[in-house]
Amino acid sequence: MAEISTQAATTAVVEKKEPWFGKKERKLLTDPIQSNNPITVQVLGICSALAVTTQMLPALVMSIAVIFVSASSNVTISLLRNYIPKQVRMIVQLVVVATLVTIVELVLKAANYPVWKQLSVFIGLIITNCIVMGRLEAFAMANPPKRALFDGIGNGLGYGAVLLIVAFIRELFGKGTLFIGTPIAMHIIGPSNETTRYWINTANPNSLFYGYTNNGLMVLPAAALFIIGILIWVQRAWNKKLVDVS
Amino acid sequence: MDSTSYILRFVLTMTTLAAVLLAGMLYLTEPAAMRAEEVFNKRAILTAVEKQLPKPLSQMSNQEVLSLFEKQVEQHVINMKGEKVSGMKAEKINLAQEKKKPEAERLLPLFVYKDAQGKPYYILSVRGNGLWDEIWGSIALEPDMNTIAGVSFDHKAETPGLGAEIKDNPAFPAQFIAKKIYNDAGQLVAVNVRKGGIVDASHDVDAISGATITSNGVTEMLQRGLRYYEPYLKKIQAENKQTGLK
Repeated sequence: MAEISTQAATTAVVEKKEPWFGKKERKLLTDPIQSNNPITVQVLGICSALAVTTQMLPALVMSIAVIFVSASSNVTISLLRNYIPKQVRMIVQLVVVATLVTIVELVLKAANYPVWKQLSVFIGLIITNCIVMGRLEAFAMANPPKRALFDGIGNGLGYGAVLLIVAFIRELFGKGTLFIGTPIAMHIIGPSNETTRYWINTANPNSLFYGYTNNGLMVLPAAALFIIGILIWVQRAWNKKLVDVS
Repeated sequence: MDSTSYILRFVLTMTTLAAVLLAGMLYLTEPAAMRAEEVFNKRAILTAVEKQLPKPLSQMSNQEVLSLFEKQVEQHVINMKGEKVSGMKAEKINLAQEKKKPEAERLLPLFVYKDAQGKPYYILSVRGNGLWDEIWGSIALEPDMNTIAGVSFDHKAETPGLGAEIKDNPAFPAQFIAKKIYNDAGQLVAVNVRKGGIVDASHDVDAISGATITSNGVTEMLQRGLRYYEPYLKKIQAENKQTGLK
C-alpha cells in the first residue's frame, strides 16, 4: 500500500501488523473528548460554542455537522497530502472545508428548513472554525487516512460533547425545556397548565422548586462563557495533568 | 518546492472538481429546499389565523398545509393606493425587496383566508426592525378591517429568551387577539406594545421584559406596516358600509 510505505519512509516507523482498530486508534478517538478537548483544553471554536448553545436542537445539529466536516475533510486532505503543493496548502484545505460545509448546508436546507433557518450563518462559519483547520494542518497533512478519520471524528465528538453540555444547562435553566422544537420536546420547569405538562410544577406551593423563574442570564452569550469556564475548572481539578506548570 | 505549473494544474483540477460537486449537490437538493421554504412561509402566514383553522398547524402535515393554502387562501397584490394589481401572486412579493423601492411604488401582499363558513380573514404582512436585525409578521384582520383575529411574528436574529419571545412564547402573539387597530375617532393607531402594563385595553399589549427595543420595534412595525395598507382598508370598510355590514 502506497500510503503505508510513504508513511514509513517519512516518519521512519517500522510498520508492524496492527489491528484495524487498535489502542492507537482508540486514543485518537477518545483523547479529544477528554484530555485534549478542542474547546476546554485547546480553547478553539469558542465563538460558535457561544452562539448555538441556547437550545439543544441547534447544538445537536451543529455537532453532527462539525463531526461530518472535520472527519471528511481530514480524510480528504490526508488522501491528498502527498500531492498538495506546499506553497498553497492552506488554500487547498480551505477549498476542501468550504466545499464540504456547503454540502452540509444544502442538505440541511432541504432536509430540515426550520433548523437551517435557526442556525443561519453558523453552518457557514464552520469553514472558519479553528478546530477543523487546526486538525487539517496539525494531523491530516502528516497521517494516513484511517488515522485522520478517527482524529476528525474524535475532535468533532469532543466539540459536540461540550456544546451539548452547555446547551443542556442553558436551555434547562434559561427556558425550562429540553429539545424544544422537536417531537421529543420536554418541558421540565414551569407553571402547569392544561396544554403543556411540566415535570416540575413551579406554580404548585408544594413543589421543591416553588417560585423558580427562568434565568434570563442563561440565554445570553455570556452564560456560555461562564459555563465553559466552569467546565474547564472542573476538568482541570479532576485531571491534574492539564494544569499549566508555568 | 513544487513548480508553478504543477501548482496551477493542481489548483485548477481541484477547484473544477469542487465546483462540479457543488453544482451537482445544488441540482439534487434545490427542489426539496424550495418546497421546504414554501411550506415554511405558508405555515408562518397561516399561524396568524391558527384559531380559525380546522386543526392546529403543528398537527398538519406539509401536504395538508399546501392543499389548505391552495383551497382556502386567496392571494392578491395591492399597490400603495389600495388598488389590486392583477396578474401577480402575493407569495411572490418579498417585503425585504419592496423596502428598497420608493414608498409610492411598493407592492403589498394580501392573503385572504376563508374559513369553512366562507368568512374572510385578511392577512397583512409587515416588516420592521428589532434589536439585532429585521423582524416581520402577519396580521390577520376580521372582515370589519379593525379587529385583529390573530398575529404571528418572526425574526432574524433576536436574542433567544428575550426578543425572540415574540415568536417563541405563544402568549405574546395571543395578546393581540381582539385588539382594535382604529381608535374611536377613526384614526389608525395600530397596537402599542407597552412596557409596564396595559393602559388602553383595546390598543395595548404587554411588552416583553428585558426586550424593550424589540418591543418598540414591534410597535413601530405595526404602525408603519398597517399605514401602508390603510388605503385598501378604507376601501373595504366603505364597501362594508354600502353592503350594510358592520
